[in-house]
Amino acid sequence: MTGSAERPAGVGRYGRFGGRYVPETLMEALIRLDGAFTRAMEDPAFRQDLTGLLTHYAGRPTPLTFCPNLSKRLALRVYLKREDLLHGGAHKLNNTLGQALLARSMGKGRIIAETGAGQHGVATAIAGARLGLPVEVYMGEVDIRRQALNVSRMELLGARVIPVASGTRTLKDAVNEALRDWVERVEDTFYLLGSIVGPHPYPLMVRTFQSVIGEEARRQILEREGRLPDTILACVGGGSNAIGIFHRFLADDVRLIGVEAGGEGLETGMHGASLCAGSPGVLHGALSYLLQDENGQVSDTHSIAAGLDYPGVGPELAHLRESGRMEAVSVTDRAAREAFSLLARTEGIVPAMESAHAIARLVEMAGELDRESVVVVNLSGRGDKDVEAPVGPV
Amino acid sequence: MSRIAAAFREAEGPLFIGYTVAGDPDPGASVRIAASVLDAGADILELGVPFSDPVADGPVIQRAGIRALAAGTTPLGVFRMVREIRDLSEKPIVLLTYYNPVYRRGLARFYGEAAAAGVDGILAVDLPLEEADRARECAREHDLDQILLAAPTTGDARLARIVEAASGFLYLVSRTGVTGTREDLPDDLRGLIGRVKARGSVPVAVGFGISQPAHVRACAAAGADAVIVGSGIVGLVERHLADPPAMQRAIRAYIRRMKGAAGARK
Repeated sequence: MTGSAERPAGVGRYGRFGGRYVPETLMEALIRLDGAFTRAMEDPAFRQDLTGLLTHYAGRPTPLTFCPNLSKRLALRVYLKREDLLHGGAHKLNNTLGQALLARSMGKGRIIAETGAGQHGVATAIAGARLGLPVEVYMGEVDIRRQALNVSRMELLGARVIPVASGTRTLKDAVNEALRDWVERVEDTFYLLGSIVGPHPYPLMVRTFQSVIGEEARRQILEREGRLPDTILACVGGGSNAIGIFHRFLADDVRLIGVEAGGEGLETGMHGASLCAGSPGVLHGALSYLLQDENGQVSDTHSIAAGLDYPGVGPELAHLRESGRMEAVSVTDRAAREAFSLLARTEGIVPAMESAHAIARLVEMAGELDRESVVVVNLSGRGDKDVEAPVGPV
Repeated sequence: MSRIAAAFREAEGPLFIGYTVAGDPDPGASVRIAASVLDAGADILELGVPFSDPVADGPVIQRAGIRALAAGTTPLGVFRMVREIRDLSEKPIVLLTYYNPVYRRGLARFYGEAAAAGVDGILAVDLPLEEADRARECAREHDLDQILLAAPTTGDARLARIVEAASGFLYLVSRTGVTGTREDLPDDLRGLIGRVKARGSVPVAVGFGISQPAHVRACAAAGADAVIVGSGIVGLVERHLADPPAMQRAIRAYIRRMKGAAGARK
């Protein structure tokens, strides 16, 4: 694994975003975690362990798949980075294996995690089972209902799923409960956060573990096309799959597009598009873009995709957006549902409803792109968990 | 001298700091509750600014925040309540808030409005020393105390920096975990307070899990300059929501009992 861990400027700052806004009880734990992470990434044995797990257990490298039928239909050259084929069915395992190894090296006896769609919960349960660490996953009651398959998978893998009944009973509240748990048991517990959100060093650490996606994709597209892609698309909830594929291309002349959850439409207020429709604010330990009211109360969100149903976004993406390096757009639930079916029928690939947002944007913008443009979409996960969603109640 | 500094200087035993959530269960009732807390003997009022995602709070204060937000409480509403309480009492008032409502309003504006309303100090639960430079600047500009937190997990080097930067008093979190009533205090409270006292002279107020007179006596014996009681009071608000006069009686009796336990040091 070659993920770079170059430090953001200041204490976990990305431009003006990031930082460490947590109760004092957690501060020393974050400082120790930062130190342990830095040492681990400089330790050849740790990197070798992680690379070994990623290769022989998780199934890296994942393929870069050319889509002949979709390409013909859109008059583009469309490639999918197949994180849906990673063990567990989503990109999440890249990060959970890294953090779980770190937890073990720090001597922590217990792992906690939050989950929305359940993919991060499943990936944490997998890593915990493999490395012999007990896992407890906080999950909102709404998400438990709409992603029931993943709840069963987590339990089968030996994890304990703790229902969260507070607030909107979705991902945001699962993070709140995980943080409350961590404040209580900070000495013996490792909080395994699933996205590039939260206080420093989480955004850096998760990016580092996820940037293997872009490392591979860059090498693979150069092999296949002999050049870099024109455009890369990825869905954005917290932003871990997006930064994972974008990071290695930041210095390249490649258009980067983050696709947020437009829900029922931005004008309805029923969405999860923090970058497109939010404003700077502090939630879950970082300053970033946030969906909030004029008094700083965090807004309720909505998305058909549980993994995008979150009012915040990673501070690094807020910075990339503000600096103009990344575009942020949104697509509606309806467009995502259509893209979900489209990819299944044209290419025989069922995407996660989260990833279907990126496909939907590609379909919408295809006409504006030069013919035969090379486009890579990060297919962050597979859609088995969503098979009922297009027809069933949300 | 600030009201907070004067309160600690004149104290004979440990001060009693009572916490209520502004706007719980509604703005008018909240002012009456706060007034009773002060009138029944609290030396300092800590007024919580309700927030949608209170990660440092247990269920009792979470529910109070939900009630306050449902009643339409905003930062401007909180400042109005402070003015009304200030008309009734000259005792120190500290706002306890999460950072986002402050950030959203703008630090300079929030601190200016708080000072104008009669607030004496501001504590942002999720604003550790490392992120607090600008807040401390704003506090200085408006003659407010920026109250900082220390916890049992705070290491010696950071504790020294926090004690040095602290103003008004230091809010010492007695234990890991969120707010809420507990049966027992941690065993090593005296050691914890001693670690702070060894690094400076800022008054130490101990909070989290203090809900019984025996806890107050133990804090006093361990050398605390003040005790902070929150969930114990807020729980009485919740229990008597349907009967405001009974709520007032219960809160007054509780404060008197707790304050009495603070009585004499040692």
